[in-house]
Amino acid sequence: MSAIHYTKDHEYIRVDGGTGTVGITDYAQKALGDVVFVELPEAGAAFKKGAQAAVVESVKAASEVYAPVSGEITAVNGALENAPGSVNEDSAGAGWFFKIKLADAGELAGLMDEAAYQAFLKTLA
Amino acid sequence: MRYLPLTPDDRASMMQRVGVTEIDELFADIPADKLLKAPLDLPAGKSELEVSRLLGGLAKRNLAASDAPFFVGAGAYKHHVPASVDHLIQRSEFLTSYTPYQPEIAQGTLQYLFEFQTQVACLTAMDAANASMYDGSTGTAEAVLMAHRVTRRNKAVLSGGLHPHYAGVVRTMSHMARDEAVTLPPDPAAGEDIIASIDSATSCVVVQNPDFFGNLRDLAPIAAACHAHGALLIAVFTEAVSLGLITPPGDMGADIVAGEGQSIGNPLTFGGPYVGLFATRQKYVRQMPGRLCGETVDAQGRRGFVLTLSTREQHIRREKATSNICTNSGLCALAFTIHMTLLGGTGLKRLARVNHANAVKLADLLARVPNVEVLNDSFFNEFTIRVKGDAAGVIEKLAARGVLGGVPVSRLLPGPGLDDLIVVASTEVNTDDDREALAEALKGAL
Amino acid sequence: MLNNQGRPTAPHESSAPAQSARKTFTSNRALQIEEALIFEIGGNSATGVDIDEPAAFAPRLGAHERASPIGLPGLSEPETLRHYVRLSQKNYSIDAGLYPLGSCTMKHNPRLNEAMARLPGFGDIHPLQPQSTVQGALELIDALAHWLMTMTGTHAVAMTPKAGAHGEMCGMMAIRAAIEARGESGARNVVLVPDSAHGTNPATAALIGFTVRAVPARDDGTLAIEAVQAALGPDVAAIMLTNPNTCGLFERDVIAVAEAVHAAGAYFYCDGANFNAIVGKARPGDLGIDAMHINLHKTFSTPHGGGGPGAGPVVLSDRLAPFAPLPFITRAGGALRLEEHGGGGQAFGRITAFHGQMGMFVRAYAYMLSHGSDGMRQASEDAVLNANYARVCLSDLMSPAFGARTCMHEALFSDEWLKGTGVTTLDFAKAMIDEGYHPMTVYFPLIVHGAMLIEPTESESRASLDLFIMALRDLAFAVKRGDTARFTGAPYFAPRGRLDETRAARQPVLRWRPRAPVSDAQAAE
Repeated sequence: MSAIHYTKDHEYIRVDGGTGTVGITDYAQKALGDVVFVELPEAGAAFKKGAQAAVVESVKAASEVYAPVSGEITAVNGALENAPGSVNEDSAGAGWFFKIKLADAGELAGLMDEAAYQAFLKTLA
Repeated sequence: MRYLPLTPDDRASMMQRVGVTEIDELFADIPADKLLKAPLDLPAGKSELEVSRLLGGLAKRNLAASDAPFFVGAGAYKHHVPASVDHLIQRSEFLTSYTPYQPEIAQGTLQYLFEFQTQVACLTAMDAANASMYDGSTGTAEAVLMAHRVTRRNKAVLSGGLHPHYAGVVRTMSHMARDEAVTLPPDPAAGEDIIASIDSATSCVVVQNPDFFGNLRDLAPIAAACHAHGALLIAVFTEAVSLGLITPPGDMGADIVAGEGQSIGNPLTFGGPYVGLFATRQKYVRQMPGRLCGETVDAQGRRGFVLTLSTREQHIRREKATSNICTNSGLCALAFTIHMTLLGGTGLKRLARVNHANAVKLADLLARVPNVEVLNDSFFNEFTIRVKGDAAGVIEKLAARGVLGGVPVSRLLPGPGLDDLIVVASTEVNTDDDREALAEALKGAL
Repeated sequence: MLNNQGRPTAPHESSAPAQSARKTFTSNRALQIEEALIFEIGGNSATGVDIDEPAAFAPRLGAHERASPIGLPGLSEPETLRHYVRLSQKNYSIDAGLYPLGSCTMKHNPRLNEAMARLPGFGDIHPLQPQSTVQGALELIDALAHWLMTMTGTHAVAMTPKAGAHGEMCGMMAIRAAIEARGESGARNVVLVPDSAHGTNPATAALIGFTVRAVPARDDGTLAIEAVQAALGPDVAAIMLTNPNTCGLFERDVIAVAEAVHAAGAYFYCDGANFNAIVGKARPGDLGIDAMHINLHKTFSTPHGGGGPGAGPVVLSDRLAPFAPLPFITRAGGALRLEEHGGGGQAFGRITAFHGQMGMFVRAYAYMLSHGSDGMRQASEDAVLNANYARVCLSDLMSPAFGARTCMHEALFSDEWLKGTGVTTLDFAKAMIDEGYHPMTVYFPLIVHGAMLIEPTESESRASLDLFIMALRDLAFAVKRGDTARFTGAPYFAPRGRLDETRAARQPVLRWRPRAPVSDAQAAE
């Protein structure tokens, strides 16, 4: 059973067991435009919640991607190197960035669920 | 004023349309007590003729390189530039256009930048080059910063053969950015053991070839030592023509190349504007500073060019940019690329051979002058001589005889020990008469 | 922080070639001639320069002779001329038309300046020949420095920076050196930068190890003294403030900002990119600045050259003057001397080889002499009048960013008026190309949504400006009519349609390479 949580910086984390898959939301990929490059962290690296873990670039914009929770990177999506467009085409699926082993599952409580995130997006319009 | 098209009537009616009666109403945000009431204490405007006279007078007080036997190099070189180069760069569409931010109406600029990048990459035997830096010295400092980003270290080791101004620029930048720069002692004999200075904290080693004293250096062992320690080799050159004849840095394992491109296509102009050449390996392209032009297609599938990988740059990345550079040296890059196109690889090689031949002739001639010793084992078009006495004084004496005989090393490296050295350059512009004149003048001055 | 400046960077589906109509055999279109790359035209043995092989001699290259081929083609002189003339015809230029790029100042580039820079006494002198042989050159630099100091009301200027951003770096280094001299280098590491600033400001601060603290702008685009005060503290080294700012407005609280910054022990770096609006009207030195770079290629008409070279001398307050970089000029008796080694002073070091952009100095000085004190003041007034005229004449159709507020030398609009029309700022800009205009600056400054920044400069006549305004009004009416095809597929008449920037960035091709022969293995796949 996996649950998806969201940050105000438009990252999502889909948690399955003790590991979360992190990417950017559909809203974020639309705001950025065509993604042309993703700078990924190295597997094994550890991040504190809120630390910069990746960078996503479109032609005219670059955004930092922050670790939604603290933990260690267990895998990165190397396929993005040759196919950065999958962030646009399938942000919630093939366009994932990295997997992180949660150091403290309690941190998830500070994130938004689907309904809260959708409500948050409405405030941005 | 001949450059201002608005007439007094235009101004009056336009002010009416804008809704003001006094022009100063448009300057109302300037604090009233700071708004200037009287004109600045500077002369009134002048006609073209008056300006030409005034500036012509100042220009005449300088001794032009073409008006004297000329052997000054040390980072800037007198070469013959074909007349068509200066004609072409003065075409309105090149001279008076901006950075190609609207690619549909800037394909001219973009295509020559793409050609320029290719030429620089071929000359240096590297994978990719950018669309130019300000000059060789600032490009070298940018190369050091880039090496720090790539290696995540912050110690640069500078060869004692690096142009002292270049080393100075790197040191200033390193001091300000809280990085470390270790400069080896001046090395006129090219005998330093720079490999011994490389350790696991070293980000990069910066070596110039031909070096400041004219010596040719083998960078391959230094590159190998760098790579063994996880450091990068930055190869620097100040004389681009040398690449027609000597082993290019890419063939010796350099990771970044920063050089001065002035000597192809660009006049001396008292030190600027010049054009920095900057090249690197494919894997470091995204860490490069400066603008990059890339190939793509338009809406109808036709080949076209755009500025690309812009997310590295300040206008998007702001404080996280790879560099703060914005304006570069577009028109000087154009002069470089046109001259290079005229030369081709064949012409460049021949030009380089003529330069080398002239320098060899000069070295042989000066070696026979009493109290002159040629220091170099190898050189391209420039070498160092040791004279008896104070080199700066000797150069002044030569100038008084109408000969511009070289650069006293003490001008760039003051202090004891180097004050009897002169760096002498000879390019294709020198005739046998010029060389004889220098030899004679030296005999008289020593 | 999500950056929402993304926008379509690949051509629309709908941008099919509506105007393509007829094809030609050559793909040329009368004067619009397709041109291949030099690598596709020239041969590797061809050359357009006659150079004789030297007579036989014994080389002194040691073991350092180039073994690998250079691999560069050459072209004869007529082929070279044709190649570059054809390329030039694909460029827009100030000489050909109005170039309203806000913040870039595309004013007329007098040809007298070009002629003067090419006098052998300026163009053909070496930076390291004896100083006794270049006294005229040093005189010119000294005279230009005098004009710059007089216009800015300052007593020192560093002449060597090679462009605006290099000038910013120079000024910030002087500030860093002054702070070090006060023994506070560890304590003051923050630089305040308004969020409306040009990207070079935060990039420069970060480059030399400062931390950037953003200061929000007021709704009218200017900086509130309260916001500055709130951001100031004992950790602040400096503020970097553009004035007139990137929104084309004069910072009316500038004196209060300077006082607050100084009271907090920090320095005031002014980005002088827009100095052209106030030359002869106000002196930045009277407004409390400590350092300001001046883009000679904007304010003083040296040509932009497709992206450079420029020059960015930095004027300095008395507090920063002792830290000016090397080299600098001193006068002893009748002679000028280039001080290249500091002489025991506090100069912070060298930022470039040699002595700066002499070629640009000659051009800028020729411009100043031509205008004189009266002409430069008139130029500023005309620039500001032209911008306000454009603003007023477009305000009923487009959305001025700050209501009816007057502007300085450039007029800023938002894309508010485009909302719901299906036309974006980018589309509008591309349609301007079809009308024969270079677009204004778009999407900058970042604080105004879909920004359009129009800077006509003083070089435009009334008639030229009126036609430009009418063209923009016609386009605006077309937007309101719903004639979106005129925009979304634009430009239709340029040498190229919209270019696929996404493709360029995803698979970067940064150089030409010969087509590799297909290997057997590839052929088998």
